[in-house]
Formats: sequence, C-alpha cells, structure tokens
Amino acid sequence: MDIQPIFAALRKHRIPAALIVLEIALACAVLCNAVFMIGQRIGEIRSPNAIDEQGIVDINVQGINPDTANADIPRDLATLREMPGVSAVAALNMMPLGNNSWNMNAATSPDQLQSKDTPNVAEYLFTRGGPDALGLHLLQGRFFNDDEYADSKLGSNYLPDAHAALVTQSLVRRLWPDGNALGKSLWIGKNNRYTVVGIVADVLRPDTNGGENAHFLSAFFPVSPAAGMQDYVVRSASQDRERIVRDGVQKLETLSPSVVVEGHSFTEIRDKYYANARSMVWMLVLVCVVMLAVTAFGIVGLTSFWVGQRRRQIGIRRAVGATRAHILRYFQTENFLLSSAGVAVGMILAFGINLYLMQHYQTTRLPWYYLPVSAIALWLLGQLAVLGPALRAANVPPVVATRDG
Amino acid sequence: MGVNDMFGYYLDLALRSFKRHRVLTALMVMALGLGIGASITTLAVLKLLSGDPLPQKSARIFAPEIDPLTAASTTKEDKLFERWGNLMTWTDAMNLLHARKAERQAVMALASSKITTATPGQHPFFSDSVVTTSDFFSMFDASFQYGSGWSAQDDENRAHVVVIAGFLNDKLFGGANSVGRILRVNDHDYRIAGVLKPWAPQPRFYSVNLGGRGYGKGDALFMPLQAAVADKVNTQTVNCFDSGIDADHLETAPCVWVSTWVELANASDAGAYKTFLSNYVAQQIALGRFHHPGVALPDLMGFLAQQRVVPDDARMQTNLAFGFLLICVVNTVGLLLAKCLRRSREIGVRRALGATRGAIFTQFMVESGMVGIAGGVLGLVFAELGLWAIRHQPAEYASLAHLDVSMFIATFVIALIASLVAGLLPAWRACAVAPAPQLKSV
Repeated sequence: MDIQPIFAALRKHRIPAALIVLEIALACAVLCNAVFMIGQRIGEIRSPNAIDEQGIVDINVQGINPDTANADIPRDLATLREMPGVSAVAALNMMPLGNNSWNMNAATSPDQLQSKDTPNVAEYLFTRGGPDALGLHLLQGRFFNDDEYADSKLGSNYLPDAHAALVTQSLVRRLWPDGNALGKSLWIGKNNRYTVVGIVADVLRPDTNGGENAHFLSAFFPVSPAAGMQDYVVRSASQDRERIVRDGVQKLETLSPSVVVEGHSFTEIRDKYYANARSMVWMLVLVCVVMLAVTAFGIVGLTSFWVGQRRRQIGIRRAVGATRAHILRYFQTENFLLSSAGVAVGMILAFGINLYLMQHYQTTRLPWYYLPVSAIALWLLGQLAVLGPALRAANVPPVVATRDG
Repeated sequence: MGVNDMFGYYLDLALRSFKRHRVLTALMVMALGLGIGASITTLAVLKLLSGDPLPQKSARIFAPEIDPLTAASTTKEDKLFERWGNLMTWTDAMNLLHARKAERQAVMALASSKITTATPGQHPFFSDSVVTTSDFFSMFDASFQYGSGWSAQDDENRAHVVVIAGFLNDKLFGGANSVGRILRVNDHDYRIAGVLKPWAPQPRFYSVNLGGRGYGKGDALFMPLQAAVADKVNTQTVNCFDSGIDADHLETAPCVWVSTWVELANASDAGAYKTFLSNYVAQQIALGRFHHPGVALPDLMGFLAQQRVVPDDARMQTNLAFGFLLICVVNTVGLLLAKCLRRSREIGVRRALGATRGAIFTQFMVESGMVGIAGGVLGLVFAELGLWAIRHQPAEYASLAHLDVSMFIATFVIALIASLVAGLLPAWRACAVAPAPQLKSV
C-alpha cells in the first residue's frame, strides 16, 4: 500500500497526530516499567523455599517459664505428636518468613571474622526431629544424630554449644566458592566453631531484607529443649492443617494456662509475609489496565474526529474506485505508523525512567525483551482502538463526494 | 454584558456543548477522574507515611548517633547510622542520659510484655510496650487522662510503676481511673501511675529502629527502663558487634539495644550538642572503648529520612500515579482538541458576529475548567474507592488511609490545573480559527 498519501494527510493534522504519538509513547514508557515491577514482585512472591510448605503448621508459644522450659517443651511436643495425622514435630527458635529473627555473622576462620566481609546468616535452632518436621531437603552429608541434639545447650550468647551445623546451598556458595563445605568449620565469633555435617536446599529467612542475595543464607543447629524455642513445627498431610492448628492450640492452652498460644499454617505465614508485595502487584495491574483503556479511548476519540473531518475526502476516494477494504487499511496503516513512532519515543522514555528508578530505588536494569513485548501490546491496542472509527470510515458511501459540504 | 454575565454565558455554552458531545465529554471526565483518583489515593498514602509525627516540636527533637564498632570494623559511618540510627550500648545511653546536656533526654527500648489479668480463667496476653525513662512523656507530648508519668528518681530507684495507654485502660478497667491499681507485667507487680490520652504519632519515629511497628494505634504499656531491665525484660532488638555476648548481662555486652533521644531548647542549639557528643566520643576513644570518631545528630524528620521510613513502594506508586495522570491529561488534550475543532463553524459564526479571540479563548478555558471540576468530583469518588481498597489491605498503616481536608482541596486544585493545562492547546487552536472560511461553507 502506498503510504505517501498517509504522510501527506498526517502533515495536515500535525497536532492530533503528535498527540496520538505522545499518548502511545507515555503509555509505552509507563507500561514497560510497571510490567517490569510486576515481574519483580511476582518473582519475590514465588521465592522457592525447600521445606514442606503445604504440610507445616506453626504453633507459637510465648511466655514459657524459662526455669521449666526444658521439661515443658518435650511435654508439649509429645502432646502434639500424639494428635492423629501428625507425622513429625520439633521446637524451633524462629520460622522462615516469621516475625522473630536470629542472625549472626559467620565465617570460615576466626581471622575472616575480623574483616567486614562476613555474611550475615540466619540462625535456625531446632530440637530432635527438626529436619523431618520442616521437611528439609538434604543435598549432601547427613542430618544431626541424637547425641548432637542431647549435648547441645543454648548458651547465654544465643548460640548452642553443639559442634555440628547444616548450611544451605547458598551459604556454601557464599563461604566456600569451590563447593567443598562438608567437614569444614563454620565460625561464629571467636569462641564458637561448628563442623558442617550436611548441606540442604535453600530455605528462606525470617526477614529477607539482607539485600538481593541474602534471602537464603541460613544455617541450622541442633539444640536440646530450652527457653527461646518458641515455635512448635507440626507436620501433617495438607488437608489436616486446619484441624491441627485448632486442636493443637487448644491442647497447649489447657496444658499451660499461663502461656499465650497462637497457631498458623505455613501457607498463612507465607501469604502474610508477601501481602504487601501482592497488593502492589494488583495495584500495578489495575493501573496498567486502566491506563491502556484511557489510551485506547484517546485514540478512538481523535481518530473518530478526523474520520468525521475527512468524510468528503473518503467519499471521493470511494467514488473513484477505492474499496471498503482500502479505506479500512488506510486508517489501520496510519495508526500503525503513529503507534510505531510512539513506541520508538516510548522506549527511550522507558529506559530513562528505568535509569531514574535505578538511581533512586532498588531496581535493576530493564531487560530488553520488555520493549518488543510492550511494543506489540501497543500496536495491538492501537489497531483495536482504530477499528471502530476505521469501519465507520469504510462505510462512508461514495455519494458523499457529490454532496456539498 | 458585564464580566459576570459573560461568564454565565460561557457556562451556558459549555453545558450546551457537553450535551451535544455527550460521549466525548464523558470520556474526558472519566480520563481526568481516573488520573486524579489514582494520584490522590497514592498521595494520601504517601502523606500519611511521610507525615511529621510531632509537628509542634519535631525541629527541636534530635537523635544522637555514635559509632561503637571495634577497631577492626571500618563500616562507613553513614551506612552504620542508616542501619542502627541512634541505637547505643547501655553504657553510652546511660552516660548521655546522666550528662543532662539537653533540655530533656530519654533512653528507650521496645518489648512485648505479658500482662496477666486478675480475672480467673482469662488468658494472659502480650502487649507492645516501651521501656523508657521519665522524660519520655513530656518530650514527646504524650498527655495524661489520669495520673502522670514517673520521676527521674523513680528511674534510678527502679520503681515498679507503669503508664498505660487509654485503649489498654479501656480493655482492663473499662475506662475507669485505674491510677494506683496493680498490674501484673511479665510476672512482676507494677503500680499504675498514669493513663495516657490517645497518643499514637504516625509514623512511630521512636520505634522504627527498635524493631517495632511504624504505624498503627501505638504502644499499650510504658515501663521504667531500669526496673524492667532488672526484671530481665526481653527487648525487641539486640545487635551485637563483637563476640563475648552475654544475653544475661546486656548492660555490659558489646551490643546496641537502646536508643536515645534529646530535646533541645532551640533548634539552633544542635551545634553545641553535637560538639558535646564529639567530645564524649573523643573521651571514649582516649579510654580505649571507642575507635571511630564519627557522630551525627539528625533532627526528627532527618532521622526518618535516614531510616528510610517511607517504603520505596509508596514513592514508586505515587510516581506511577502521576505518570498516569499525565497520560490522562494528554488524552484530555486530544479529546478537547477534537471537540473544539469540530466546532470550527460555531466559532466562525461567533467570531463573525464580533467575538474577540480572547472571548473565544475564555469560552474554551471555561469549558475545560468545567471538565476539570467534573473530573475532580469523579476523581474524589475514585480516590475514596482507592482508599477504601487500601484500608482493606494488610499493611499496618492501612486503617489510617483517609482523605483529609487538605487532600480534598488538593483534589480540586490538581483537577483544575490539569484540565486548564489540557485546555490551553485546544483553546488556542480555537481562537486561531479565522471567521471567513468557516462562514463561506455554511
């Protein structure tokens, strides 16, 4: 199709044409960045977590008397273990994605501790049965044996006096880049050394705000029941979760009336943790949809207007032999050209906005493939928006040409 | 015709034109309304998040910041202060407190305290509590419904007194004057010294780096720091920077876990206080306790900025909403332009009958202004809807998201500015229409 006449017509309507280009450019720029943010948030929400998320229930107990904790906790765990459907139980100091958080700096040698480059690591402590109750996924080595639990008292420095530790794969990558971690020493402070006995798949931390790659830096230690182990993890089939929360809380409240007991399934904990990210996603999706709708209506309005203005011209073209399809294609081509110009400007704007966000917020570079995708989206949107006015134009009868006016 | 009559006439013309171009007008109002609704919703949230919690005196409240790290650590000060803010070791906080170099000073930490009620069969519960020193209430303008706070002497004597929030008083004592009654906290008896009037600064500046919530209804319980520590209270945040931690003796541990705030008589006294702080640090370096000379003394708002209290997401949402508003305005420009160019003939007739260019311009600006006001009204509806949706989100500030008078006014100001800016180009095009050619073709 000859696009020369289209350019000629556009030159006559410079301002409306420029407005359509501007609308598409702005929509493209905002769309790229918004979709990118949506992608980032969804990535966060879907962070993998190598525990049995579907089968785990957390029963949090606060206010255990420290003096009797080492007797109360085994009694509580035994009660929970007897409930029908329960396959494993253990007491923990904190839950992944929970609101209680124990962290420390870990190193491969006491010397390394003196440098600033030691990673901050989440410190999970659990009693016997912990790996099974959480559903940890062992990649190398072994879990703890009974002696290691029994001999491990929680000291007043918040560390167990065991000598064994499990580490996540990410922590191995961070501390032992060659991947050989089994049997190596993990130092916490100058006085606590632990031997790595096993490597487990990555488990999320209670708070993941330690920067981009810190979400999975965790270590696990065996401990004998002590005050501070305030989360009871109860594992079952996923359909039993609600019942176990309900009955478990009730049983523990009856056992010790002076403590405060709360129960949640792990999926609830996860949903709560990512609730803000999820509402951000919905808000961004809503803005994108409404923005695209507004842009489409703008294109419909402007195109309708100049179809109306050019009724006579269209009539003449029809009278000299142009088919309906010709007219339709004319307006579609015109819109395609305008959209392309808009997308071109929009891509530059999109990268500009992205650069600004990278400087002021924790955002990464916009991947290139967002551009063709949003370009296609806006081309389609433009074609859709122009369809109505273009069909009306195509329906202009040739006889209009003969009318005055 | 007088100016008022002319204005009335333009309004009348505008209404007629709206009736004639219903769909176009509806589209314009809709686009503006959506853009304004989104902007106002996010602005209201941003304003809530970044508000001044103590507007009457925030310029005189300061957060002293010092660097207790070991010789081997060379953390950049700004990063350290960003992370820890005014958190200190017990020793330093007590030294600054007892130096009394400011008008008022308070040291604090947060805890979750178990409250056991006397009612048999009722379960104990945990309440957000602040363990602090006597100046806290006067410094932060917390006023009392019943009773009062405690004295500096009570602090030193480790007196077992507490101040409770009004909502806790309602819950425990049905709102009655409970001063003098005994409350069992963390299995120790405390005498109630005072009941606060509703007091919940937003954001809760003093708790942001102590592990507390930033927004919401506020803390329930206020206890003397020394007494609570003697009773082995578990504070929310403990950051240790050297080995040899002993959780049972946090007062001597190499850990920061209490924060210090000072109130100065004048904002201009900050220089003098900062000098005092530097001298203190120099003295500690001489004693071998400290190794880094850096100090900082941000005021309350500076502290909130340093601690990045306003989540990035809220700022991004606001930027995004204004980007969206810009798109809506550009759209409105397009639609207004289409509308006014369609009316070239009408303009031609009016011009031929003697209307000046200025009159045409004014007429079209009045018309876009009306679109703006209609868009503002619709925007208000959308903003209320948006805020309603936010109130149903799980965020801790959610329940506070409301339109206040200033946002209400801002809605119409933004709507009017947006529509008038949008109207400029079309009105200019309209008044440039030459009368003759239009008349010829009629």
